Amino acid sequence: MMATEALLAVERVHLTLGRHPVLQDVSLQLKPGEVLTLIGLNGSGKTTLLRVILGLVAPDRGQVRLRPGTRIGYMPQKLPIEETLPLSVARFLTLSQRATRAQLRHVLVETGALAVLDSPLAALSGGELQRVLLAKALLREPDLLVLDEPVQSVDVAGQFELYDLLGRIRQRRGCAILMVSHDLHLVMPTTDWVICMNQHICCAGPPEIVSQHPAYRQLFGIDHGRVAVYHHHHHDHKHDTHGQVVKPEEPH
Amino acid sequence: MDDFLWRALIGGIGVALISGPLGAFIVWRRMAYFGDSLAHSGLMGVALGLLLGLDAGLGVLIVCIALALVLVLLQRQRQLATDTLLGMLSHTTLSLGLVALAFIETVRVDLVSYLFGDILSITPSELYWIWGGGLLVLGLMAWLWRPLLALTVHEDMARVEGVPVFWVRLGFMLLIAVVIALAMKIVGILLITSLLIIPAAAARCFARNPEQMAVLASGLGCCAVALGLWGSMQWDTPSGPSVVVAAAGLFILSQVWPQARRSR
Repeated sequence: MMATEALLAVERVHLTLGRHPVLQDVSLQLKPGEVLTLIGLNGSGKTTLLRVILGLVAPDRGQVRLRPGTRIGYMPQKLPIEETLPLSVARFLTLSQRATRAQLRHVLVETGALAVLDSPLAALSGGELQRVLLAKALLREPDLLVLDEPVQSVDVAGQFELYDLLGRIRQRRGCAILMVSHDLHLVMPTTDWVICMNQHICCAGPPEIVSQHPAYRQLFGIDHGRVAVYHHHHHDHKHDTHGQVVKPEEPH
Repeated sequence: MDDFLWRALIGGIGVALISGPLGAFIVWRRMAYFGDSLAHSGLMGVALGLLLGLDAGLGVLIVCIALALVLVLLQRQRQLATDTLLGMLSHTTLSLGLVALAFIETVRVDLVSYLFGDILSITPSELYWIWGGGLLVLGLMAWLWRPLLALTVHEDMARVEGVPVFWVRLGFMLLIAVVIALAMKIVGILLITSLLIIPAAAARCFARNPEQMAVLASGLGCCAVALGLWGSMQWDTPSGPSVVVAAAGLFILSQVWPQARRSR
């Protein structure tokens, strides 16, 4: 395992946007075929880190190294649909690369969205759109899939299905996956590694380890009496050293 | 029909043909205000042309291109939103043009013809400019089509997939500048944007893919030019505004057309 050359190496990346430090001393490595998930609350810098890795934003310091020749398939967090632009799914998939009809069918079968091949993009449901976006990323035969919140606007049952699908894709294709999520428990069966972020890296490791890590539990406000409050949980309170919720001094 | 009418028709159709694909992208990319601002700066180009003894069209082209470049650069700062920038530049350049024209006392300038177009006075050499420039613009547009479409749908995704986003966007802005210089004679700088966006908006409900929308927009633009000219002859109305009114009429028709609803 140690002998494999890393597909992606992020080394001591710092980034400040405006006056706010967004990334502080972030380093990570991803080997071919591995799945790494970045988790953190809103505004923790997960998406920004992805953008730095994709080369969309230049870091202030540090560097991102990709193994030469690495093909990236990118699935953005959200695809704003422009109603005035008439675009079918097939046309959308071939926007920046050519593919035969058979290739399109093949990749849509893989992501379970063959039925919408000729539908207008604007008519898709949230789940269908995610599957089409995933298909577009796969069409590039990527060595590395970069997914920003791949289950956005998908209902809970659909979220499990999508992560399940990602697991199968990784097994079948052997591509590495780097994704962003805000729910550790959903990605647990799919991911090899988890990095918990809050501008800097709070803790990292296999998902079982991270889920028990005090830094993770504190960040997500677990351990204060109720079980399974990690979902849709707003971090609007403080904890003391024992994980008890501290009452705010003043009502906001 | 008289010669000047034929020239008006042929020139108008030339501009309408280019307006289709460019107008479609202006609608998709929500750049109507950008086009308007660029067009308004055209008056400064007219003044510049007169001051330097150049052709007015050339002056407009130079100023529009300069303004497009300034906008691309200014968009990189984040203090002011783009629409604020556009609003300032648009009216400042329009006013500068008016002020500069007032200083040129030696030449009598027919302001109204620049503002609202003077399609009936197109000369044969202007026709060559419109068709030559128009064919060039159409060729470049065909070349930029795929990357421009990719970055219109999702800029970051296009960039990751290898589209040279900055250059494609810049190229498109420059093409808009060229079209404004070419179209000024037809509908005037205050009305140019309408010739770009109204046919495209009308084409939306009938189109099933981007190319269809562009071609339909060109066709509807040609109809608007022909109808407008005919109306202008019939009722002795100003030609540029008549073309725009005809385009608006076609748009309203497209909205109530029974087939339009279904094919969305």
